[in-house]
Amino acid sequence: MSLVPFSRREETLFYMVAGFGAAIVAIGLAAALYMEHSGHVVTGMNNQIVWGLPHVFAIFLIVAASGVLNVASIGSVFGKVLYKKRAPLSGLLCIAMLAGGLAVIMLDLGRADRLVVAMTHFNPTSVFGWNVILYPGMFGIVAVYLWTMMERRMNPWSKPVGFAAFIWRLLLTTGTGSIFGFLVARQAYQSAVLAPMFIIMSFAWGLAVFMIVQRVMFAWNAMTVAPAIRNRMKNLLGVFVAAVFYFVAVYHLTNLYFAKQVAFERFILLDGGIFPVLFWGGWLFLGTILPLLLLYLPGLSAMCGSVAIASGLVILGAFCQLYVFIIGGQAFPLEIFPGMEMSSSFFDGRVDTYTPSWPEFILGLGGIGIAFTMTAIGVRVLRFLPEDDLTHLEAAGNVTD
Amino acid sequence: MSNNDRRGFLAASAGLGLVAIAPGVHLMQVAQARPAGEPASKLQRWGMLVDTAKCATGCDACVSACATENGINEKVADPRQAAQWIRKIDLKDPKNGRQHSLPMMCQHCAEPPCVDVCPTGASMKRADGIVLVDRHICIGCRYCMMACPYKARSFVHQPLTQQNPEVPRGLGCVESCTLCVHRVDKGQKPACVEACPEGAMVFGDLEDPNSDIARRIAQTATTQVRADLKLNTGVRYQGI
Ligand code: SF4
Ligand code: SF4
Repeated sequence: MSLVPFSRREETLFYMVAGFGAAIVAIGLAAALYMEHSGHVVTGMNNQIVWGLPHVFAIFLIVAASGVLNVASIGSVFGKVLYKKRAPLSGLLCIAMLAGGLAVIMLDLGRADRLVVAMTHFNPTSVFGWNVILYPGMFGIVAVYLWTMMERRMNPWSKPVGFAAFIWRLLLTTGTGSIFGFLVARQAYQSAVLAPMFIIMSFAWGLAVFMIVQRVMFAWNAMTVAPAIRNRMKNLLGVFVAAVFYFVAVYHLTNLYFAKQVAFERFILLDGGIFPVLFWGGWLFLGTILPLLLLYLPGLSAMCGSVAIASGLVILGAFCQLYVFIIGGQAFPLEIFPGMEMSSSFFDGRVDTYTPSWPEFILGLGGIGIAFTMTAIGVRVLRFLPEDDLTHLEAAGNVTD
Repeated sequence: MSNNDRRGFLAASAGLGLVAIAPGVHLMQVAQARPAGEPASKLQRWGMLVDTAKCATGCDACVSACATENGINEKVADPRQAAQWIRKIDLKDPKNGRQHSLPMMCQHCAEPPCVDVCPTGASMKRADGIVLVDRHICIGCRYCMMACPYKARSFVHQPLTQQNPEVPRGLGCVESCTLCVHRVDKGQKPACVEACPEGAMVFGDLEDPNSDIARRIAQTATTQVRADLKLNTGVRYQGI
């Protein structure tokens, strides 16, 4: 890589960006401390909605972290040069987002101070327990992977290590999806399509994050992504977004027609207040249809910034989707006595409401802050800007559509 | 984990759990009580039978007795964040208008989902079937609350004072009905069973064919709530 020294102006700008990231991390930590000190009374979470906004943020970050590594996998496992150039950035983003997501999950624990207990007590029947192995393992493998790519001597190893990372990543997303799959009693989470759905969601969300980071990095260096490359990557994003659409449709249709969860589906899709709004307006329109139009409609897709905007919308849609999935799934009353009308002082049989509080939201943002700051510092120190040699790529047949 | 391994693990954790969960418990030598230092035994399975025909709508003697016994006395501004180990549920069958009232608490499942999902093993089942949370190992992830089909668990949202030394509770941990394990180990009945003015609840050993509870289950039609989930609950109901 040719190392051009940074200009003074660029340096100042970088410190401002890093400082901004650090500030977000700091207020996120302050929010976590506040929650830890006062207890979860200061959150909107309660004994009916036990997982809230922090889980939406954390699961987004973790799922997207595994998906963003897809870019590296396409390069090293499937041998595409175009993506190989992007493998280091993809590895770095994976580590950064995983760190952000895990930090949020950990800091939201009722006893965040018992981290050591969590690491030393292991229940092999718990999917959460497996994740305690899967997540640190992911850090380790990706770190080694980055090393094999950056250290010339280690280059020959990058393919097998890349392959290991690829497998590990699929396990990790399956593990994350299965956290919900094991909740036998809850209508929202009984579907067998959850694991593949999470994998495909991770592809879409991860690539969307990658596209935005890539664009910002190129702009920072006063460069633009070559149109041929942009085209290939945007098409891939489009395919992933469409595939997520397919899986979500299958999930709801099987729920309706095979599992007969009609009341639950009615709630999520029709009369559940905020949840249908987020589903149709947030996930379907803003997060799926609009990005697809931006990516494929001839007039729009050529527009400068259309891919970045589409990516941003995909991420927004992902948050809406997770909110509906996680919170909506809990707001719908648990059927303790199927077919009976229930009432109690513990809100049995009643739809629950959840109003997120500021500390929860800020904690979630802090997780994004961690990912952001790690990425900003990482790309600058390690110089992970993908440098595309177009003639080389053309020769490898990687940019012809 | 095979069933055998699992039983071994549970037996071991049960012994540990008892030590951890109820420090300060003095095990007295009463009839039926387990001698001090001896782990809970697989030969017993504690359970409860609720006769909903006797359980009166509007009565909450069991709920108050539980609160007093276990020191659940904190003032919580938002009722959604309050802990409820036992609650009264009013049921109505929309098809024929029949109504029931019944107490709902941890069903002490033989195959407890809360124990399966708990990452640290804080949720555990004693050899005698009582499902407990070891509050020294619980990290407050609330995964067990997501997994319990009966909404039997509560998370402690705020700092606590004035606790019952026999029943340690704590901020940031999850808790649920312990079947009054500290009483059962002394040969007493759970507080709710003792308090019920209608005698609607029977407590006893499901494994002992001569016990009152086992005989009634053998003679009358009883139900397990959400029997379709095959959790083999230790709390049974009659009349629904
Ligand atoms: S009723 Fe709920 S808390 Fe009790 S043992 Fe069963 S799953 Fe666990
Ligand atoms: S909240 Fe505590 S008991 Fe429940 S699953 Fe988590 S660690 Fe286990």
